[in-house]
Amino acid sequence: MNENIRLMFTPEFFRAILLPALIGGIAITICSSLLGVTLVLKKYSMIGDGLSHIGYGALSVAAVMNLAPLKVALPVVIIAAFILLRLSESSKLSGDSAIAFFSTTALAVGILVSSKAGLTNDVSHYMFGSILAMSKSDVILSVVLAVIVILAFILLYDRIFSVTFDESFARATGVNSGIYNMVFAVLTAVTVVLGMMMMGSLLISSLIVIPTLTAMRLCSSFKGVVLVSGAVSVASFLIGIMISLLFNTAPGASIVIVNTAFFLLFSMLERVVRRSGRS
Amino acid sequence: MKKILECDKIAASYDGTKVLSSLSFTLNEGNFLCILGENGSGKSTLIKCLLGIKELDSGRIIMGEGLRQRDIGYLPQHTTLQNNFPATVMEVVLSGCLGRRGLRPFYSAEEKKLARQAMERLGIADLAKRSCRELSGGQQQRMFLARALCAAKKLLLLDEPVTGLDPAAQAEMYGLITELNKKDGMTVIMVSHDVVNSLECADRILCLCSCDHSFFGTPEEYVGSHISSKFIGEQK
Repeated sequence: MNENIRLMFTPEFFRAILLPALIGGIAITICSSLLGVTLVLKKYSMIGDGLSHIGYGALSVAAVMNLAPLKVALPVVIIAAFILLRLSESSKLSGDSAIAFFSTTALAVGILVSSKAGLTNDVSHYMFGSILAMSKSDVILSVVLAVIVILAFILLYDRIFSVTFDESFARATGVNSGIYNMVFAVLTAVTVVLGMMMMGSLLISSLIVIPTLTAMRLCSSFKGVVLVSGAVSVASFLIGIMISLLFNTAPGASIVIVNTAFFLLFSMLERVVRRSGRS
Repeated sequence: MKKILECDKIAASYDGTKVLSSLSFTLNEGNFLCILGENGSGKSTLIKCLLGIKELDSGRIIMGEGLRQRDIGYLPQHTTLQNNFPATVMEVVLSGCLGRRGLRPFYSAEEKKLARQAMERLGIADLAKRSCRELSGGQQQRMFLARALCAAKKLLLLDEPVTGLDPAAQAEMYGLITELNKKDGMTVIMVSHDVVNSLECADRILCLCSCDHSFFGTPEEYVGSHISSKFIGEQK
């Protein structure tokens, strides 16, 4: 452990590995937690999960065909996000079964293709993520995405609230909810693909869902939930990655466990607050 | 009397099936219209057309002078309200001002004042900071009515505003709506299944039938017509 600490504070390690991971990671956790608020409250939690499996399939195919992973995965996942949102809105095939259907199929395709080509090792990166190996372009893309998401939440905050809270009323007041859903689908898709490279396909949906659920324990306002989920998400990321460096644990899984710990802590606090409110 | 809304031979379909055909009626400022009709008779489709979120197959809807469709104060049917949604009453009511705000990114002080006034008008000013998940059904409906008031310049459109409320809260809700109509001069369109109360507070009745012809007229005319016998008979 001491060895790890000493290694962490060498300038080379910090500059080459830790700094990009921290910048990219903070950017992605901000995006996933903010987008997560609307996804969870609109009951689209499973979309993140489904998209990550579809992304896994796409990345595997890209790896086998020797194509740039992002160039294949991004368009595929964006299109999948559109389709899943559409399916969730229409009543013909219910949303959750549609997601299960698509995501398991894509996952199977990914595994089949990569195992046949003998690439299981490379592709398993996408299963569990590799935050300490983020490329410069991934980091830049994450930061750009975070800026877009944050700006959207500042400038369009009230419209986002209205569309999330009550879509039929929002439409009646002249808000084009279809466009908002589309923009959200694209942003979620990009976040999922980038988050997947960091956290892995299996864990990215927890970054979307858990911070919001945690914030909802204590906050009664929408604004509170948005701010607290962002803060909890970034804090969990920082604590999680420190734990993983100090104790040599898997980074993605450590971050998720810290998120879960925050959720349990907030749940207990909620009980205390309620009890003291009653007496 | 100034005309506030006119439907001119409108027709619309839902999922490819024709649900409204050649429907015409006119409302003046201060009218209180109740829309009655069985499930599937096209009430929800008509509402969407009035709000401008559904396109007509034919015919047209003409709004009164200076009024846009987004200036209608809408209270949706709340079968889908999420009980767990984290939002304060103020946040919800204020979202009624979105339509008048246009492209500005933030609410002005005037809009916040409007929201506070709407809450005072409906007696929920003291709940402003409370979370909407802690409210009773009646309080929630008053919150949604306040939000509709923020959006409404002259016209309120209420979709089954009392459904799911206990009798006391229902009476309170009817009282508030009638007051908004009589005292504040709001024109009200209310969709309802409650024929007896509708006949009492409305001065116009529109009854949509699954058949092609619909009824539009005063409550007295409605009671005398043959269409009403089925509905009133059911309730008595």
